Amino acid sequence: MLEPSIVRDEEIEYLIKDVYDLYGYDFSLYSRASFKRRVNRICLIDRFTSFAELRYTIINDPDYLKHFIEEITVNVTEMFRDPQFFKKLREEILPQLGTYPLIRIWVAGCSTGEEAYSMAILLKEANLYHKCLIYATDINPSVLETARSGVFPMNQMKIYSENYMLSGGKEDFSDYYTANYDSARFDKSLQEKLILSTHNLVSDSSFNSFQLIICRNVMIYFEKALQERVFNLFDASLENLGFLALGSKETIRFSNLDKFYHQIEDQKIWKKIDHN
Amino acid sequence: METPISKTELIVIGGSAGSLQVILGMIKNLDENLGFPVLLVVHRKAYSTSILPTLLQQFTLWKVIEVEDKTEIENNKIYIVPADYHLLFEDKKTMSLDSSEKMNYSRPSIDVTFKSAGETFGESVIGVLLSGANADGVEGLNYIRKNKGKVWIQNPGSAEVDYMPRQAFERVDYDLLIEPKDLAKHINKLATNK
Repeated sequence: MLEPSIVRDEEIEYLIKDVYDLYGYDFSLYSRASFKRRVNRICLIDRFTSFAELRYTIINDPDYLKHFIEEITVNVTEMFRDPQFFKKLREEILPQLGTYPLIRIWVAGCSTGEEAYSMAILLKEANLYHKCLIYATDINPSVLETARSGVFPMNQMKIYSENYMLSGGKEDFSDYYTANYDSARFDKSLQEKLILSTHNLVSDSSFNSFQLIICRNVMIYFEKALQERVFNLFDASLENLGFLALGSKETIRFSNLDKFYHQIEDQKIWKKIDHN
Repeated sequence: METPISKTELIVIGGSAGSLQVILGMIKNLDENLGFPVLLVVHRKAYSTSILPTLLQQFTLWKVIEVEDKTEIENNKIYIVPADYHLLFEDKKTMSLDSSEKMNYSRPSIDVTFKSAGETFGESVIGVLLSGANADGVEGLNYIRKNKGKVWIQNPGSAEVDYMPRQAFERVDYDLLIEPKDLAKHINKLATNK
């Protein structure tokens, strides 16, 4: 069922201001269309029948905010989503990264961690895992707990396994997890190089330099102005000749940084050209 | 023959199983320079490489574009929502993609785009629902209707899979029942430059 239209446009603005003033989360440059849908969806899930009820709860119940952040952000993700993308990483990008003594990768907006685990598997199979670090960050602390647990729903494994094979995986995907009724617990070794931390792309700054930054289907929820800011953050966090990977329908074409990046064929992967 | 229609700014066509033939037939017979864009929301397998835009392009002089995030919509072009994303309108110019939960087991969901188009374009949008096997799109048509847009439904009797248009036929106050062969003709009649 579609979410109802409970909250009006101007009320969205009040809500964004409240959340920023009280808690410091800045959603003012999030794409309005998606954000509004999420707010209306929260009203449906939490049974608020009016904007006033939602606003009252947000203002007066700091514990509710955690849930609000959880639901307002989209946490839909998969392992090896877009297998062709992972195939490209496997065949072209990782061999290039293999020349570095230490490979640092940032999965920005990692949600529950499926892409970070996918990367760990790729690096293992490329024999680069021993010399890599995977930083996976998200605005939302509760999704990071899921990522930390390494336990994912069993009913997803069929599609993940198909994705894995399409990405060029040669092993038996089920060797990477232990099945337990409705959940799949991934091998602890896949967490050894995983550093999970909260990071808000809107307000936090660069915290390291990387040779590969993966940020897929995160910036679709941002307005262009914020996208530009985040591109600058990535640019400042990426070594020369490092790679930036975006979602299959995202582009840096509209960005001022476009001229400093060289797209890898028809993939959503760009290589940084020497410029700072 | 009828009361003057308000200027059309967007046609959004939703379809699922059995809709491709109708869309192909429509595209072949569409006049050029009608003065508005056409947006297609068609259920497809996730990850299907973008064959559909290439396929459709072979049958029309209109430029066929698969939407990327923040694509600006222009008149006289045909846009296709990519597989595995919902499409929303930020305003009358800018389209955003969204990879949130499936709706009616579908991503893209026709309901999501119909609702967004209805709320953004009001009376200047026409929503068209074609052949299909689930009820995605029906609720969205009601939002288009509520916002004073127009609703066209493929005549269920003419649909390869009639569930979707039949649900709409029973639950939505529609303006036109369309026979597949007439879809292009009805759209051509809306031209603002004639």
